[in-house]
Amino acid sequence: MDGVGAFSLLLSGDPALFAIVRLSLFVTLSAVMLAAAFGLPFGAFVALTQFRGRGGVIVALNALMGLPPVVVGLLVFLALSRSGPLGFLGLLFTPGAMIIAQAILIAPIIAALTRQVIEDLWVEYCDEFTAMDVSPLGRVAALLWDGRFSLVTIFLAGFGRAAAEVGAVMIVGGNIDGFTRVMTTTIALETSKGNLPLAIGLGLVLIAIVVAVNTLAWSVRQWSERHAG
Amino acid sequence: MRTRLIAQLLAAAAVTIGASAPSAAQDKSIIVASTTSTQDSGLFSHLLPLFKAKTAIDVKVVAQGTGQALDTGRRGDADVVFVHAKAQEEKLVADGFGVKRFDVMYNDFVLIGPKPDPARIKGSKDILAALKAIHLAAAPFVSRGDKSGTHSAELALWKAAMLDPAGAKPAWYREIGQGMGAALNTSSAMGAYVLSDRGTWISFKNKDALEIVVEGDAKLFNQYGIVLVNPDKHSAVKKDLGQAFIDWMISKEGQSEIRSYRIEGQQLFFPNANPEHLKKTE
Repeated sequence: MDGVGAFSLLLSGDPALFAIVRLSLFVTLSAVMLAAAFGLPFGAFVALTQFRGRGGVIVALNALMGLPPVVVGLLVFLALSRSGPLGFLGLLFTPGAMIIAQAILIAPIIAALTRQVIEDLWVEYCDEFTAMDVSPLGRVAALLWDGRFSLVTIFLAGFGRAAAEVGAVMIVGGNIDGFTRVMTTTIALETSKGNLPLAIGLGLVLIAIVVAVNTLAWSVRQWSERHAG
Repeated sequence: MRTRLIAQLLAAAAVTIGASAPSAAQDKSIIVASTTSTQDSGLFSHLLPLFKAKTAIDVKVVAQGTGQALDTGRRGDADVVFVHAKAQEEKLVADGFGVKRFDVMYNDFVLIGPKPDPARIKGSKDILAALKAIHLAAAPFVSRGDKSGTHSAELALWKAAMLDPAGAKPAWYREIGQGMGAALNTSSAMGAYVLSDRGTWISFKNKDALEIVVEGDAKLFNQYGIVLVNPDKHSAVKKDLGQAFIDWMISKEGQSEIRSYRIEGQQLFFPNANPEHLKKTE
């Protein structure tokens, strides 16, 4: 089996490879959702609120965008291990653990970029809001809505980062065949087996998937921009 | 409205994560912490479907270096540990984290080297003399350096040859801290010698300019053992399912399946469970 083999496997609907691709998408999309649930409101909050230590929070958020996946993986591993504080959940070596690790990895990216987008918009709308006496929650909602196209790009940044990482999911997922094996861990495994052409082929499939997701997002944006007039 | 949407997203994510945690009642699966050699050689892909057909137990294999696999067992994150470092396995049992250790099978280590053979050791059956020659020639040598079973075996061989490159750290001795496959890839790229288990070597696809230079020394014996993690230390351990797997591995059937696993006509592992236990599990 060679690099072309990976594509023909995918096209011919090889169930094992298909399951791996599906799990990759499932884990990463779930992680993006989870990270957005925390990152969006937190980013918006920091953008629109004045509080002591705000500068420190912004620096910390920006710095955490560079969190090393392997460190996140290790921390989540220690927390979810049977000997760790959350061991009773039985989540280690499950897709759930992988979602948590990736969500922690990308939540700072989403929060930091959201903060920037909302803050820039705020400068534009500041006077209007003050004049119309809009409530804080209303401001957040209005700004998030107005910045929705930029927010899509933020999601994609998070998605790309999570889809590409191998360090965290390898540690907390365990790369279990048919259960927690995703694209990146498969590539690492095939590389270690000396199956370099197949590893490259799988890498190209992964890149193609990321391109496809981005194309979809771009199309949706084009479409909605046209229809939002 | 925004907060409700966020609440919905959160709920969806929570359900997703919750659903992926196995529910104890119906989940007939165990986690086996094992080595890269048993997985990369394809042995598990051969054995596990047979075991599942017989018992309906799903075996989830986490392939790690022996040191890490033993630690995974010690933390209670696996139900069974299946590795190849007898002294460390016995320590796991002695420390109370393992119930009992069983011999399962063996294969052997082989010394792999670049075809030009700078240390001129090809064809030797004396691993200690070969290591001394590598040392003398200061020929590149890749060490796993990851506390795996193969790494422990390599260190023990250097010690037996009265040499200590891991301590002295000369430039030709390169610890890469990675798995067997990665060590072979690295050796292939830098034309270095490397100790490998035979199973991984046979199934390795990127042999390139590498070949076996030393094999057949009794000191290269590589024993695999299996241990149930002690449920007294970790209540989450699935004692019965884990024991069922161990019993099958050392049963007549499991042993004969290990014997029949071949790649390119070559047998990779040689079953050697205690015959007394064989009788008992029949």
